Amino acid sequence: MDIDYFRLIDRIVDLNLDEKRITVEAQVPAVHTIFEGHFPGFPIMPGVLLTEAMAQSSGWLILGVLKFERMPFLAIVKEAKMRGFVSPGQLLTIEAKLEHEGSGFAVTKVKGRVGKDLKCSAELTFGLAPFPDPALRVHMDAMAHKIGFPLQAMTHD
Amino acid sequence: MSSTFDQIANIIAETCDIPRDTIKPESHAIDDLGIDSLDFLDIAFAIDKAFGIKMPLEKWTQEVNDGKATTEQYFVLQNLADRIDELVAAKNAAPGA
Repeated sequence: MDIDYFRLIDRIVDLNLDEKRITVEAQVPAVHTIFEGHFPGFPIMPGVLLTEAMAQSSGWLILGVLKFERMPFLAIVKEAKMRGFVSPGQLLTIEAKLEHEGSGFAVTKVKGRVGKDLKCSAELTFGLAPFPDPALRVHMDAMAHKIGFPLQAMTHD
Repeated sequence: MSSTFDQIANIIAETCDIPRDTIKPESHAIDDLGIDSLDFLDIAFAIDKAFGIKMPLEKWTQEVNDGKATTEQYFVLQNLADRIDELVAAKNAAPGA
């Protein structure tokens, strides 16, 4: 997890395009300035970052389903629940499932766990748009490679 | 069984917190009810789920932008209900339906 660059997902563990489901891992850093303020003496991951991590997990799933033809942008956060504290150094495992692919939008349901403990969940809606800049597409390809996006998964229709 | 219009109106009332009795068949979703594009995403999701369809919002928007259709054809609620009925009928007529 590279919080400074808002790259919160480290690794794709599993991507199942038939079931439209993804599992990713996100290692919370042991040390970061965020934890100095949030909170002194009791460092925990901010809920907005957990929500963003769930959104990025969903984003990779949607990119896979759409074969990187369009970019998902977070539009609606519903039922976001921070069910337990996530501490520095913990490994988050996030599972996202595509609930609905509409015309120009997609909806996911996401859950984040540390070990077996459910820590956060949400229903997220994304607007789907053509890549607004070629540089973004290049960046997403590079990030996909970095986090182990299984490009071969998209060749099976 | 409630009509398609009634189902849409109930969805809009619940999703956008608009009093149900102000939503009429002749209401224009954008001009009269003030529904914006983000709220319409929510409504579209609920309608897609309720009717088991995929409303072709992008196609409709393109037709409006190209001057091939008016917003009234898709966003006056009785017309929207008619479009939904057509989509449901097409789905039920499809092979394997």
